[in-house]
Amino acid sequence: MVAKAVWRPDIKELARIEGQKRPVESGHRLCAGCGAGIIIRQIAMAARKPLVWINATGCVEVATTIFPYTSWNIPWAHNAFENAAAVGSGVEAARKKLARVNRFDGDPDVELDYDVIVLGGDGGTYDIGLQAISGAFERRHKIMYVLYDNEAYMNTGIQRSGGTPFGARTTTTPVGKVIKGKPLFKKPIMDIMVAHGIPYAATVSPAYWNDALVKFRKGFEAEGPAFIHAFSTCPLGWGSAPEDTVKIMKLAVETCVFPLYEVVDGEYRLTGPSVSIAKNPDRKKPVEEYLKLQGRFRHMFKPENKWMIEKFQEWVDRQWETLLKKAGY
Amino acid sequence: MVVQKLVSQTMMALNGDEAVAWAVKQSNVDVVAAYPITPQTIIVERISEFVHNGEVDMEFIRVESEHSALSASWGAALAGARAFTATAANGLALMWEILYITASTRTPVVMAVVNRALSAPINIHNDHSDSMGARDSGWIQIYSEDAQEAYDNTIMAFRIAEEAMLPVMVTLDGFTISHTLQNVSVLPDEVVSNFVGIRKIPRIKLPHIYGEKEIPLMLNPKYPISFGPLDLFDYYFEHKVQQNEAMKASIPIIEKVHREFAEISGRSYEPVHMIPYKTEDADVVLLGLSSTMSVVRKVVDELRSEGKKVGAIRLRVFRPFPADMIRKELSKISTVGILDRSLSFGAEGGPVFMEVRSALYSSSSKPTVYDYVYGLGGRDLPPKLIKKAFNELLEAREEPEKPVIKYLGVRE
Ligand SMILES: Cc1ncc(C[n+]2csc(CCOP(=O)(O)OP(=O)(O)O)c2C)c(N)n1
Repeated sequence: MVAKAVWRPDIKELARIEGQKRPVESGHRLCAGCGAGIIIRQIAMAARKPLVWINATGCVEVATTIFPYTSWNIPWAHNAFENAAAVGSGVEAARKKLARVNRFDGDPDVELDYDVIVLGGDGGTYDIGLQAISGAFERRHKIMYVLYDNEAYMNTGIQRSGGTPFGARTTTTPVGKVIKGKPLFKKPIMDIMVAHGIPYAATVSPAYWNDALVKFRKGFEAEGPAFIHAFSTCPLGWGSAPEDTVKIMKLAVETCVFPLYEVVDGEYRLTGPSVSIAKNPDRKKPVEEYLKLQGRFRHMFKPENKWMIEKFQEWVDRQWETLLKKAGY
Repeated sequence: MVVQKLVSQTMMALNGDEAVAWAVKQSNVDVVAAYPITPQTIIVERISEFVHNGEVDMEFIRVESEHSALSASWGAALAGARAFTATAANGLALMWEILYITASTRTPVVMAVVNRALSAPINIHNDHSDSMGARDSGWIQIYSEDAQEAYDNTIMAFRIAEEAMLPVMVTLDGFTISHTLQNVSVLPDEVVSNFVGIRKIPRIKLPHIYGEKEIPLMLNPKYPISFGPLDLFDYYFEHKVQQNEAMKASIPIIEKVHREFAEISGRSYEPVHMIPYKTEDADVVLLGLSSTMSVVRKVVDELRSEGKKVGAIRLRVFRPFPADMIRKELSKISTVGILDRSLSFGAEGGPVFMEVRSALYSSSSKPTVYDYVYGLGGRDLPPKLIKKAFNELLEAREEPEKPVIKYLGVRE
């Protein structure tokens, strides 16, 4: 169940919140144009309580906490790559028990009323961390798990993951003479997570900040586990211009490569621009517009590889049709 | 810390696993995260019963793997809770990565390891290949001899872990201890509860961020700290050396907690790290771990009655390794046999042998040391084989022979 009154942030309120609770200070080593940095800020802006932040191994972790420095203004912990959701489970259980027995009452230096946020990349979510997330969701821990999906193992130098899209060039799916990029499609991560029957799941493109903030807030308000699939452009790994990040994250939605929707107690609902595309199908842009801004898909534009773009488009169309049905269109 | 006077205790028939579960129940544990594996399963089952009957107020997380069991325990401990987990063999192997992380982040998790052989071939019975494989991970390791000690060690482990800021592994032999019913003296709930107290959170200074203010070392929005950062070649080495110093610094803490526990329970395990038996005038001794040593002591008595000067040493704390004490104790012995219940493939001997012989290298009187590998996969070590080993050692005294590794009880 998600709280009825929906928070609608206005830009002035956000400016004020951002000034007050900036989670990560400037000076971190995330690349210019990295989607994850935007996602982190949006999560913090949407928070209703103080946060305890659990991070899986990956770009975000290594770029923000190079000892002896840390960029984090909020309590933050990283254990390993595949276990962030399990660590989150432990934190949530501990918080519950300690609050129940008023353990720190009378200690003005300890706050126990906080939300647990767990952040992982696509590698740490689609692949190696899937088991721990599934376990945490099955046990109904009240954590919000956010997947920042930059569609490859970026921290180890752009290798394919279960989240890498069809055709993309990575260092383990190179564009070779015989096989050109990744031959397989993305794993249906939202379906897998929704199948756990969790109260709240949603996709967000940080380019649509309003939509994203509302969903992050709903995730925090959910009575039980929440899963947010956040799209996250990686200029280095995708061969895109840093200044195109927001444009690409928008185009992903406009081409229906990454539709925006939420699943509340099992019910699908399109949100933001995806609603207008559902109502006006001619607004749906061709995938080329999204693909052409990224070096990882460049080979697909060669005449002999045209079939790859067609195959990509077919997949997007099929996914979109299935989603429309689920959302009642 | 207020130490109470010796109190009357209840005699309960418990197996080793139940004894551990009982200790956990009495020790103000906030969070348990555990996954079943034979022969540890009874611990998980008993704790489940305590929770489901409302006999204890804890969060019990029935995780989906041992990897998550330790990960969740780590998260809980970092969030300020007292955390416990338990495992064996393959479960411990699956935790390997997180064993190191738990120790390196100085997180006081307590874990019972019910010793069992590692696969392959799959075998559920006792040997020490699991915990010996974890010996370099930075955990304090205490080896129990029987169910009573498993109970006592588990209670003491919480105090040791929290004072030393290091995780503690309490081991007990699979089936031999875990499944054998024994009379166990159980302390009253409130006595244990007072002894372990409620977990106190250490306070630290981070002058660059919080000035002179002492802040709680935990995940806490009032005073945020980053745990588990990236640590490259400019600091990692120093941190590892500090961690090693913390291990050494735990030696007096382990002793102190044992002394205080002896005052309430009457059970003293002096001299704590290793317990010698009839070694004062011994010509030869056998040194080993865990339940095997109670049989060895019986054999010592028998051989003594035949006029043979033999003795035994039970090593209780394997990490930190009490090298000085071993050196001192063995300086007057000419021939030593080590009982190793695990192998280090391709090495000069098993792990206990290597540690002991290495400790003796700087001793002026170097005893001859033989390694007896025994009991792999639960193979029995009957008194007659122990006798055989003692007699061999007595003969070898006259004529030191090679090779150093011998197998006790293997078909050839
Ligand atoms: C058990 C384990 N295997 C491999 C690694 C190496 N590793 C560290 S980060 C990483 C990739 C992370 O990818 P992702 O989760 O997609 O996050 P990103 O770096 O792209 O932000 C890998 C493979 C590891 N840390 N632990």
